[in-house]
Formats: sequence, structure tokens, C-alpha cells
Amino acid sequence: MPGAYTGDEAAAYAAKQCRVDVVAAYPITPQTIIVERFSDYVADGEVDTKYLYAESEHSAMSACVGASLAGARVFTATASQGLALMHEVLYLASGLRCPIVMAVVNRALSAPINIHGDHSDMMGSRDCGWIQLYAENAQETYDLIVQAFKIAEEETVQLPVTVNLDGFTVSHATESMKVLSDEDVDKFLPPRKPIFKVDPETPITVGAMALPEYYYEVKRQQEEAIQKSKGVVKMVGDEYGKFTGRRYGFMETFGLEDADAAIMCLGSTCGTVRSVAKDLRAKGKKVGLIKLWTYRPFPTEEFLSTIKDLKALAVMDRAISFGAPYGALCSDVSSALQNTGMDIKVMNMIYGLGGRDTPPSTVREVFDEALRTAKTGRVKERIRFLDVRE
Amino acid sequence: MKLSWRKTPIAGIIFEPGSSAEYRTGDWRIEKKPIINQDKCIRCLICWIICPDVSINRLQKPYGKYEETIEVDYYHCKGCGICSAECPVKAIEMVEESRVVA
Ligand code: SF4
Ligand code: SF4
Repeated sequence: MPGAYTGDEAAAYAAKQCRVDVVAAYPITPQTIIVERFSDYVADGEVDTKYLYAESEHSAMSACVGASLAGARVFTATASQGLALMHEVLYLASGLRCPIVMAVVNRALSAPINIHGDHSDMMGSRDCGWIQLYAENAQETYDLIVQAFKIAEEETVQLPVTVNLDGFTVSHATESMKVLSDEDVDKFLPPRKPIFKVDPETPITVGAMALPEYYYEVKRQQEEAIQKSKGVVKMVGDEYGKFTGRRYGFMETFGLEDADAAIMCLGSTCGTVRSVAKDLRAKGKKVGLIKLWTYRPFPTEEFLSTIKDLKALAVMDRAISFGAPYGALCSDVSSALQNTGMDIKVMNMIYGLGGRDTPPSTVREVFDEALRTAKTGRVKERIRFLDVRE
Repeated sequence: MKLSWRKTPIAGIIFEPGSSAEYRTGDWRIEKKPIINQDKCIRCLICWIICPDVSINRLQKPYGKYEETIEVDYYHCKGCGICSAECPVKAIEMVEESRVVA
């Protein structure tokens, strides 16, 4: 069914159709519309969901963990400072293997205070053990949330998932998109079958202490689960593709069959990159795009086979990893390339902090630089800060 | 028995209730252990209620006019001394570990 939705509305609508049992949330720009719409559904009796108005994001995520352990399908949403406030509890959600789904409407972190889009919030919680998906637009936000529940709740996975969408660019822009019927979502996503739950009839101990003798084993097992979840991400993406005609997986590429130079990035900027790449290809330039849907687990093998014929890759990071050699995405790319013997010149472009616009002209510059590097085999600047006033 | 990471229960969950009894925290006791004087004890059960380690046992073993014997579970007692401080008839003495002849 076609319709017009903002990214936030698409997220709320997806959660509604996924028949979530519990939503515990605290509003924060630019996520507020998600929980606002959802509380409309609750007030209008359109859903059976138990809605908890928490007094902070820390409490919201804590309530989500409790509800998920009790066997509920749980959804929440946050952004920026809210995600930062949840940080501690994010590790509980993954460590206790709670298949919660959360929309993160990416926004810059203070200071200075800024409400606009960048990825410093999610990158700040990058190692929290959640599966992390990135949507380019409202359609993908909707599609990824529906898939996220299926991935999270799969028996072998049992891990929480964030679906990231860029603040304002995606969250507040209205797009025409397609949604499934309620019946189709029910067919795709049956009710959650928890593999364990907190239940007074059969008592279990959750969240017990594990000292040096056991902590490491529990964490090693968790790492295995997220690495193995790659198979499930792929399977669910294929199945969703058969169901809707919109296939998902780890990444979407454009022009990679014969590209010399490519840009890799996350989220809404991929739209600009694709459109610039199309223009350049029409002029005979061999450029391409790698858009990652699945940032965690990082699809190392699939990524390497995708880029094997590239000469130069510009990795765009919408967050600074302060004091590090590269931004987070570029660090992943270069460590994936380590010891492969592949000679691909990598350069890192930091862009769009605090909602700074990244127009097609900037993307064109990046492609020019990447093409030049592909030709000369020399990286002029290993890291560049795009569109910052010098 | 120490399990491999593959066999460790998911999320470190403990599926068997009451299994903490297997962990003998009595090893943690330093200096002093409580000794109950059965003749002084009036079976009020205050120690039984307040022991933070649930280490006071009520045994169905008659003693004098009482049907129960109140005993300390030394496998789990951590020697905090709360029972001794709270006993209304001073029936529990904290005795230095080295001076107790078992
Ligand atoms: S010393 Fe402390 S732990 Fe031991 S029995 Fe008394 S109250 Fe319980
Ligand atoms: S508190 Fe004292 S009197 Fe009461 S049951 Fe314990 S040892 Fe006996």
C-alpha cells in the first residue's frame, strides 16, 4: 500500500504493525514523533501495547529490558543524549540477550548543544553489543524495523537491534513509500517465541554475578551470537525481498561491477552519493557506492569480495573518533583490509557534523579525489574534514 | 565443574533455583565465627530472620524443652556477627576461628 510518511512516522507505523507488547520511552528531538504517534495508537485503542512513560531514557531502557525478559516484544526509540543516557543499560539488553528493537534517530551529541543529524550518538555506543542497521530513507526505516524484530528474535540470535535513521533528513522529511498490510506483516513476523523468560512458575536467576571464572565465557558466547547473526540478517533480508520485492542484506552497491573508485557511507547521504555517481557514470567515470545497511555485525567477508576490483575507496564518517587514526567506519574498513594483500587506497572523509549539509558538489569533490588516487596510487590526505571553514 | 563458553548457559542465566547454596561462601569468613549456646537460646528466631546470608538453620532435633535446635551453617556463614549482636539473650558468641576446636 502506498502512503506518505516521515521517517519517524514510518518507524511508529512499523512498530504498530509488528504488534509490539510493550513500548517504554522518553521523548527527545528528533525522535519525539515516533513515540508521539505511537501513543496516539495506544490512546485511540488501535494497539494492545502497554505504553510506559518513563522519567528518563535510562529508565525507559531498563523497563524495556524487564519487559523483554518477561517474554514481551519490545520497541523503543531515542536519539543523541537519550542514547548516551541509556548507554549503561544498552549493555544489559545485549548481555541479557533481550531482542528489543530500537529506532535511533541519529543526532549530534553535546557540547555544543545541537539537535541536528550526525552519527556521533550511535558511534559513541558502537560497542554495546547491539546489531546496528542504518536506513537511507523512510522506506528503509519501515522495512528495516519489520526485519529487525525477525532478526532479533531468531532462536540463535536473541540480541537487540537498533535501526538508525538520520535526524531531520529522514526523521522529518515526508516521502512517498510502500507499507505492507497488517495481514502480510503478521505472515512475515509471527508472535515472539522467547527461548527463556522470567516467570514465577519456573524461577530462574537473570543478571547474576559472573566473576573472573565465568564472565569471559558469557561474553565470548555473546560475540559468537552477533557474528553468527550475519546468516540470519541475510536470510531475513532475502525473505523480505521475496515478500515485498525490496531485498535487503548487508549492503547495497551501485556501479561496483567496474568501478575504479567508490564512496562508502551510512544512512541518508547514500542518496546524494548515488545520484552524483549516476551523473558521473553518465560522463564515463567509473565510480560507485557502497551503502552499508548492516554496520554491526560488520560483514567483513562480503565487504571484501564487493571491493576486490576497486583501486580507491573514500570512506565517509559522520562522526569523529577523537584522537583515533580514522573515523569509526574507516577504522573498520582498514582493519577488514588488513592482511588480505589487497591494494586498495583508502581515504577517510569526515562530514556533516551537527547537521552540516553535504551537497552534491561536496560528493563530487570526494569522487574526484578518489578517482585521482585510483590513477596515481597515492593518497594525498589520509583524513579530510569536508565543508569545515578553514 | 567449569563449562566451556559454548556450554555456558545463555546470558549467564541460572536455570536451577536455589543453586547459590552450592557456592560455599563460608570460605570468606575471617577472624571470628558465631557459636550458639543451646542452653541460653530461647528459640526466638531473630537470628534466623536477620542473618543476611541465610546461614541459621532450624533443625528438627529436640533439645531440652525445645523441639528445635538452632544451628549455624558454617559452609555459608560469613562471620558478620549480626546474629550475635542482635540475640536478645546473648546466646551467640563470636569466637576466634583459631581458638575453636572442632
Ligand atoms: S555471623 Fe553473620 S553470616 Fe554468620 S550466622 Fe551470624 S548473621 Fe549469619
Ligand atoms: S537470636 Fe539468640 S535466642 Fe533467638 S534464636 Fe537466635 S540464638 Fe536463639
